[in-house]
Amino acid sequence: MAQHSSKGARFQAVTANRLSDGEVVYLTPDNQWAETFAAADITDGPEAGDALLARALPADFELHVLEPYLFEVLQDASHFKPASVREIIRAAGPTVRLDLGKQADAKRES
Amino acid sequence: MYRYDEFDHQLVGERVKQFRGQVERRVSGELSEDAFKPLRLMNGVYLQLHAYMLRVAIPYGTLSSKQLRMQAHIARKYDRGYGHFTTRQNIQFNWPALNKIPDLLEELATVEMHAIQTSGNCIRNVTSDQYAAAIDGEVEDPRIISEIIRQWSTFHPEFTYLPRKFKIAVTGHDNDRAAIKLHDIGIVIKQNELGDVGYEIHVGGGQGRTPLIAKKMADFVPKAQLLAYLEAVMRVYNMLGRRDNSYKARIKIMVHETGEVEMRRLIEAEFAKIDASQMLAVPPAEIDRISAYFASPEFETLPASSDVLEAAKTRDADFARWVRANVVAHKQDGYAIVNISLKPIGGVPGDASDVQMEAVADLAERYSFDEIRVTHEQNLVLPHIRLHDLKTVYDALHAHDLATANLGLISDTIACPGLDYCNLANARSIPLAQEISERFADLDRQYDIGELKIKISGCINACGHHHVGHIGILGVDKKGTEFYQISLGGSADENASIGKITGRAFTEETIVDAIETVVTTYTDVREGGERFIDTYRRVGLDPFKERLYAE
Repeated sequence: MAQHSSKGARFQAVTANRLSDGEVVYLTPDNQWAETFAAADITDGPEAGDALLARALPADFELHVLEPYLFEVLQDASHFKPASVREIIRAAGPTVRLDLGKQADAKRES
Repeated sequence: MYRYDEFDHQLVGERVKQFRGQVERRVSGELSEDAFKPLRLMNGVYLQLHAYMLRVAIPYGTLSSKQLRMQAHIARKYDRGYGHFTTRQNIQFNWPALNKIPDLLEELATVEMHAIQTSGNCIRNVTSDQYAAAIDGEVEDPRIISEIIRQWSTFHPEFTYLPRKFKIAVTGHDNDRAAIKLHDIGIVIKQNELGDVGYEIHVGGGQGRTPLIAKKMADFVPKAQLLAYLEAVMRVYNMLGRRDNSYKARIKIMVHETGEVEMRRLIEAEFAKIDASQMLAVPPAEIDRISAYFASPEFETLPASSDVLEAAKTRDADFARWVRANVVAHKQDGYAIVNISLKPIGGVPGDASDVQMEAVADLAERYSFDEIRVTHEQNLVLPHIRLHDLKTVYDALHAHDLATANLGLISDTIACPGLDYCNLANARSIPLAQEISERFADLDRQYDIGELKIKISGCINACGHHHVGHIGILGVDKKGTEFYQISLGGSADENASIGKITGRAFTEETIVDAIETVVTTYTDVREGGERFIDTYRRVGLDPFKERLYAE
């Protein structure tokens, strides 16, 4: 699996794709899979990251999600955002189709 | 067009049922993802960044209007209202839900199409010349042998688990529009001094991490022996190709490491054995049967020019420009080949909406003997349009934003889906194509620049063919940020060449300026009627580097 977090990463979260439709999901503090990055559990420190990923790996998750992995998160003022362009795009949708993906859902809800 | 026989129908129908069962068992937990993943890939289902992606094969790039209407229907019912035409003449849907894909495939099978072997380490969709049977100077319609290869390679039990994927392209014309030298096997249909038709075979071309031009392995394989020869190539590769390292597993690496002479010897030794068995000799009657599906349409006897067309060109300057850029001479007097650009200024290369697909299908049914072609440059073609219908066709295309007059020009860019969709990508490709087309939106400027092929890939796998772009752009990732590397001098035609990297990469903010610098360097130093590629071949990389990296 490709590496989506660096050794020096401080803040991390776990993401995966939902089995039924491939939707991007995030592991929440209560071990659910949520569709928005805002609901993701964000850990501080490498050991906490490993522990977070371990929570995502139990076999029963295989019924719901695919290929969970850790990715780096940055703290910007008071809020968090994914560190890489890849994860920013996964959290929002294609930058060339703002009418599609989570960005469009968010717009409809607001 | 080829029509499925009872065996084709049965095979595809059984495969859909089988996949439906596999999906059900995956969802119920009977199958693990590790077990399921190779099964879904064999049916063209990938997992991308935001959703699953389904890749549907369009054999040798030929579609009927009914088949194209089905793509529109699938886009609307199972996806988000659009499809993406790829550099392998396939169509991809970006948002299907896993549990709906079996229904989708069942509907697709009703128009004799499928997604089998569009992924995995097997022989993929055979690609060909989009102007087949419409262009003058062709030895033979390349779709006949492409169809025979399709039948031979579909579910071929010996070649289901090759070291790596395998791509075959065929052209029947000296002007190569199928990029045959960039394929694992490239076939050129030839006629010898005796008037017999046979095949020149190139082996070991490809792009990706290690771009290589194919080596000519045989000058003339007689018609009846083609499958025996292809089987020999495949068998040598299957036995001796590397399986220890996926980056070195394509046949191009084997040809490179084994050497051309030894590779030829291995293939010919295997060929002699297979040929002697006569197992794969294609009977002339079978060739005739398949040829009959590709019989020439019943063209009318028409004059070579059309007063209606000439008058329309005089009245409408935009139409005249479109004819000049997008319409190509047909072999039959009174007809023309129409290229439909899927590269509107600021648009997504290769994307077409459901409504656009239906509009093209209607035009094909009414004006082009029910045929549409898909090009590896991500455009569509109406192959047989009467000259006096050109204006009507143009107006209908224009109404659907399908009449951009930019074929082969700087805004007719190839771009892979890139980091907007693709799980493998390192950088975005589509926004760059959009910015470049907007920067050079002025068509007069594009005509002045002339033929210039920009090809953009979002990672080293090179789905966007950057190695063979006159200007190639490769997206790279540096610590989560996108950068873009430029290469110059690539070409995918009969004079195929691999581009050379100019130097250090550019940022997202500076790459379009850098492309403009390359273009103005060319227009400053070009001589006479030189195209970009001619100038590059005369002056080399240095003048471009000097301007690009001037302090």
